Amino acid sequence: MKEYKIIDNIRISESTYVLSVKRDFEFVPGQIVSVTTNEKIAPRLYSICSGNKETDLKLLYSIKSEGQLTPQLSLLKSGNIVHISIPGGQFKPAINNACWISAGTGIAPFVSTIQSLECNNITLIHGARIIDDFYFSNIFEKFAGVDYIRCCSSSNNNVFYEGRLTQYLTEKDNLPVNQLYYLCGSAEMIVETRDILISKGISFSNIFSEIYF
Amino acid sequence: MPKPSLLGKTLKELEAIALEAGLQKFVAKQIASWLYKKNVTTIDEMTNLSIKARQILGEKFDLGRLNHVKVQESIDGTKKYLYPALNGKFIEAAYIPDKDRATLCISSQVGCKMGCLFCMTGKQGFQGQLTATEIINQISSLPEFEKLTNIVYMGMGEPFDNIEEVLKSLEILTSAYGFAMSPKRITVSTIGIVPGMKRFLTESSCHLAISMHTPFDEERKQLMPIQVVYPLKEVLNEIRNFNFGLQRRVSFEYIMFKGVNDSQRHIKELAKILNGIKCRINLIKFHPIPDTPLESSEISTIEWFRDSLNEKGIITTIRQSRGQDIYAACGLLSTKQLVKQQNTDF
Repeated sequence: MKEYKIIDNIRISESTYVLSVKRDFEFVPGQIVSVTTNEKIAPRLYSICSGNKETDLKLLYSIKSEGQLTPQLSLLKSGNIVHISIPGGQFKPAINNACWISAGTGIAPFVSTIQSLECNNITLIHGARIIDDFYFSNIFEKFAGVDYIRCCSSSNNNVFYEGRLTQYLTEKDNLPVNQLYYLCGSAEMIVETRDILISKGISFSNIFSEIYF
Repeated sequence: MPKPSLLGKTLKELEAIALEAGLQKFVAKQIASWLYKKNVTTIDEMTNLSIKARQILGEKFDLGRLNHVKVQESIDGTKKYLYPALNGKFIEAAYIPDKDRATLCISSQVGCKMGCLFCMTGKQGFQGQLTATEIINQISSLPEFEKLTNIVYMGMGEPFDNIEEVLKSLEILTSAYGFAMSPKRITVSTIGIVPGMKRFLTESSCHLAISMHTPFDEERKQLMPIQVVYPLKEVLNEIRNFNFGLQRRVSFEYIMFKGVNDSQRHIKELAKILNGIKCRINLIKFHPIPDTPLESSEISTIEWFRDSLNEKGIITTIRQSRGQDIYAACGLLSTKQLVKQQNTDF
């Protein structure tokens, strides 16, 4: 772990923040880093949510009220120190003819990928409880190569699919069976989504998941 | 608000409790003896403590014992116990008698976050960490407590995702002040959470079991999402660089899936990646779970796989399936039907 000076720590929704530091290492989109505020608090893993050509490294996190790290992390200001590891992990979403599925802050590896590499014929399905939790929607809206589907489970609106992303997938006919599927989210989301995909004829060997834990 | 429990406290924690309650430090050893050697169920039974000491403790603490609420018995003698955990949640433990040994398979979490494709516990998602109290309670409250010879952390949850409480429970199980069990009678199984595994290796002497299930990265990603975070190569590097000594054992768990991980190619790769590691492999018949795309390999294939690995110098055995009829066998523990619907972000 190495010390980094925080550039900013911006609150982007009720309990979600984007923390930025100056980057001094290379990484592959989809990779993760360990983060902590000091040696006494066990580090947690976060997907990088910035492009690999950007000078800053960005991390997306939500406050877990029962957690040790995120309540403290959210209090840090520009100039404070945060400890970050070198990047690791092997979640590398395909960038052509693939379906990316995420819930909440599980969008992070896809944000990094779309900002790092040229992506074509991607379907991105993002699930969230409220509209404010469709993080980085401005980035995905502008990419022509991405069919961006938002599933909003508890707000009524005329723009997005109303319901959980698992409901969307259940209702969806003819999901391409030869495509690769990349899932990122909680264990519950991954397990439920994977079961739906398998029930629709997609081989488990075409499904890759990253569970945040 | 429930009172904190004495059960599951280490000696150091009990000393702090004694001092804070105005008692002598040595009282902590007496309490530990009542908790872990005499296995009492109430504070009042701690009769070498003064009545005042018992009163003070009773005002601030519960003993922490919670009896099972349900038991199912298999035709093979295996018993599955349902234990309440805190906050209205439930966990399972499997008691497996076998000739001169009796093993208890205990849980370390309510549910599991790891989402392995073949595991029933993974299907219920994650509902919470167990405290050392709740881990130790599965042992202390077991009706067959006196008969227990071995303990395996292979029930619900990933032990190294709850490393603090698991290490505390291991200290209590193996310390002279606690159950004084030999660490060689305890095995902790992990899917390979590297930071937790490093701490376990240095802070405990118990045996280690790694859930491998395939030697190939891409296949392991499909079966076990953890592979994208802690690749098997990283796990094996840690094991290769650690001195296990003569007594401590590392084993690899390998569930056999038909047409997925049971070929000659897998045997060759296993021999290659395990070269230089003194270990054994346990082959496990897959016990199908609802909606699974996986099937178990045929018994003849499992036996061929075992023999081929043995020929290559890797000690390989087939683990006997126990308690399948009561869903107590490997990968089948679940309390999903008791989980209340949660608010999710998807």
